[in-house]
Amino acid sequence: MATKGSNEHPVMEVRTEAQVALRNVTRYFDAVDGRRLHALGPLSLELRKGEFFSVVGPSGCGKSTLLEVVAGLSRATEGAVLFEGKRVAGEVPEGIGVVFQEDASFPWLSVRDNIAFGLRERGAAAREIARRVDDALALVGLRDFAGAYPAQLSGGMRQRVCIARTLVLEPRLILLDEPFGALDQQTRLLMGDEVLALWRATGATVLLITHSLDEATLLSDRVGVMSARPGRFLDIIETGWPRERDSRLASEAAFGAITSQLWRLLREESKKSMGAGAPARVTA
Amino acid sequence: MKLGIKPAGTIRLAAIVVCLAALEVACRAGWISRLTLIPPSEMASGLVAIVWGRAIEGEIAATMGGIALAALGSIVVGFLLGVLLHAWPRIRTSLDPLLATYYSIPIFVFYPMFIVFFGMNRIPIIIIGFLFAVVAMMTNVMNGLDRVPRVLIKSAQVLRMRRVATTFRIILPSAAPYIFTGAKLAIAYSFVGVLGAEFILANTGLGYQIAFAFNDFDNVKMYSLILLVVLVISAVNGLLFAWERALLQRRGQW
Repeated sequence: MATKGSNEHPVMEVRTEAQVALRNVTRYFDAVDGRRLHALGPLSLELRKGEFFSVVGPSGCGKSTLLEVVAGLSRATEGAVLFEGKRVAGEVPEGIGVVFQEDASFPWLSVRDNIAFGLRERGAAAREIARRVDDALALVGLRDFAGAYPAQLSGGMRQRVCIARTLVLEPRLILLDEPFGALDQQTRLLMGDEVLALWRATGATVLLITHSLDEATLLSDRVGVMSARPGRFLDIIETGWPRERDSRLASEAAFGAITSQLWRLLREESKKSMGAGAPARVTA
Repeated sequence: MKLGIKPAGTIRLAAIVVCLAALEVACRAGWISRLTLIPPSEMASGLVAIVWGRAIEGEIAATMGGIALAALGSIVVGFLLGVLLHAWPRIRTSLDPLLATYYSIPIFVFYPMFIVFFGMNRIPIIIIGFLFAVVAMMTNVMNGLDRVPRVLIKSAQVLRMRRVATTFRIILPSAAPYIFTGAKLAIAYSFVGVLGAEFILANTGLGYQIAFAFNDFDNVKMYSLILLVVLVISAVNGLLFAWERALLQRRGQW
């Protein structure tokens, strides 16, 4: 069930079958006190087209840094990230969508206009925008709230607006940075089901960053377990779930077994992370 | 016929009417000396006579024009300086102590210096109004830009937006409530600066006319002009308040 993640591939820019390939990716930050903070890597990873991959790890291990590097929001200090065979460098490539943990809805726009925002930026035709926004509203169950403003919605609904704003652009790779972090447990489970349904409907590849072992186990085809800072993959666990799945999996014995396996891997790393104290202040 | 006034507005209006009626009764009954205060109805009729008679039409126009120039200048310059200082944090850090203590400086003392530079005309008065207002606008613009959530900038990057598009479609709309507050303060401070300078230092304008009437024991003219100032400021604030409410309602925040 488990497959080891490799951390020491040579850096190459080659065409690869994988949709996303990380080759010896390392990220350092300059700390305010002049030190160099080793945040991530070296780590290597390949994401298969259409798979759901989650990353778990102790606090401060570099999970969000990993996502930002994959998205092109932050540059790898060393190594390379390839998206569909092309190097990600300096800007977010076309075809990548990101949903952040924080509320990223635009408070000055209605739900409909929030979702249409990216399409308008790309100069899509009005009729095309209306059709795709209607589809996205139906997909995330917000059709009745199309005219509402984010301040009039719950946290879960605002997060769905952000998911719809991402989906409407039909990304081939969706990066989710703890998108349900601020939600209660029940809502998280239901949102997880919605994300699974959307993942099946769109056929996109998903990279989910999460603190929740249950969430990672439930949603993923594979789960990457990261070490304490500097984050490297300790192991990559294959869940073996069928593509048609939902939160009812949580009551199966295999679910408990995988979650326990993740915790066994993470326990010592989390202790290390707690003992490391507060990270130094850094400049990006 | 329904007037469409909400309960809070009704209470506010009722309180004003009651206070004015009480003042009217107190003045008419002689409980308050005419040398101290005149009845509100006399203030109103005096104001109508002043406006109708057009005796100081030029002074009123000069004051309102000066306030408009000071407010407009401070909003535009304050906005640009706020954006520049936000973009250059080092310069901002060095200017921060000056900005924090700015309103402890009695700007009126610079009036003689402005007269030396610009002559005995309305420019020094407008500059005082401008100086009163510009820093309020600047600091509110910087506050607004500071508070644009980082995640919105990242969202713009994910949407592959260029810098100009990000500025106009993400940053400025996000900072708009603070910028609006800055503009509101700039307008209010422009009124204070221009009218104050006219009242204390100048020999033209509405402020000067109020001061002249005061020194001349012409209570009817003085209170009528004070009423005019209060009405204009209330009208401007009322308009800004309604505009702000409409903006916030659009965000579902009212």
